[in-house]
Amino acid sequence: MLDHSVSQISTFMQQRAGIKLTSNKIYMIEARLEAVVQRFGFAHIDALAASLPRAMGEVQQAVVDALATNESYFFRDQKPFDAFEQALLPAAIEQARLDQRPVRIWCAAAATGQEPYSLAMLLAEKKHQWLYVGAEIVATDLSQTALARAESGLFTQFEVQRGLSAQRLVQFFTQQGSQWQIAHDVRKMVQFNHHNLLHNPARLGQFDMILCRNVLIYFDVETKQQILTHLARQLPPDGALVLGASETLVGVTDQFRPDPDLPMVFRRV
Amino acid sequence: MKTCLIVDDSTVIRKVARRILEEIGFEVDEAEDGKEAFEKCTQNMPDTILLDWNMPVMSGLEFLKKLRSYVGGEMPKIVFCTTENDIGHIAMALKAGADEYMMKPFDREILEGKFLGLYQK
Repeated sequence: MLDHSVSQISTFMQQRAGIKLTSNKIYMIEARLEAVVQRFGFAHIDALAASLPRAMGEVQQAVVDALATNESYFFRDQKPFDAFEQALLPAAIEQARLDQRPVRIWCAAAATGQEPYSLAMLLAEKKHQWLYVGAEIVATDLSQTALARAESGLFTQFEVQRGLSAQRLVQFFTQQGSQWQIAHDVRKMVQFNHHNLLHNPARLGQFDMILCRNVLIYFDVETKQQILTHLARQLPPDGALVLGASETLVGVTDQFRPDPDLPMVFRRV
Repeated sequence: MKTCLIVDDSTVIRKVARRILEEIGFEVDEAEDGKEAFEKCTQNMPDTILLDWNMPVMSGLEFLKKLRSYVGGEMPKIVFCTTENDIGHIAMALKAGADEYMMKPFDREILEGKFLGLYQK
């Protein structure tokens, strides 16, 4: 691949998705875009790169889908889910009861759906606690491909073994050939929406908590600040933002402070 | 250090699982079938057992039922690891007293996740 092509693709991804691709990702770019090159009949990856600025929306979205990282698994890191179960959800239910509205949770980078479905399974297990107020999970992602997979609720044998206990597998899934289908009751608790974190999320409404885990690491500081401002607007004061295990907001924003008791949880100031 | 007994008639599976489990801090012993595993358990009860389903002499399910009815046999955490990958077998294993279930083929991440998850619960 030509250096100029790398530059064109990097610029496109930065502008379109805020994702910064470094030169050491050339192999990854080539490998992931090979299918896009073939699908849309380009002669080679350099031709795809050259066409990107004026390409059809379908081609541009396919490039974004291919280059966005969709790594995910059920109950990833476990601790945020313990925090959800033991502290965040009970507090959100109490507030929702006072406000006479449902509990609202936003998974801002839902990828192929493991995170929102993990929350939905926990909600299903605790239905007696929130049933009288209601609960909604809004799951968004930049990748249409990932969202389509998430919405299908179908997972491979490999995927259902990563982070998901056998008890929950039996309780919440059925087999569909070689794949595993999440239960209809759990699936319908999650609303999937296409959303670019660089854009204003006002249309999604206000939330009690937002999970945006292992995403900010792909952005530069300015873009992180822009995204965090968007997220802060969708939370009430003291609303919870849950980040990934290795993510920190030190030196990035003063709109959130770490929760002293809950790892990976930040509170809107 | 936690102990783990790997029960599988495949030397390859035992070797692969042993390497991963030792790397995450388990002291490992091995048995080739349920009968040998039960004898080892009566002498020295392990903390965890990685258990195949289909084995000669005594199957994993027979071993599990026998162990769970033996004094002290309720203690070990038991993870099935088998090519039986249908929901009926998984439900049957859990009902008989298994704590976790892995479908072959597995990789390092799945094995580590299942074993570390046993002690996070």
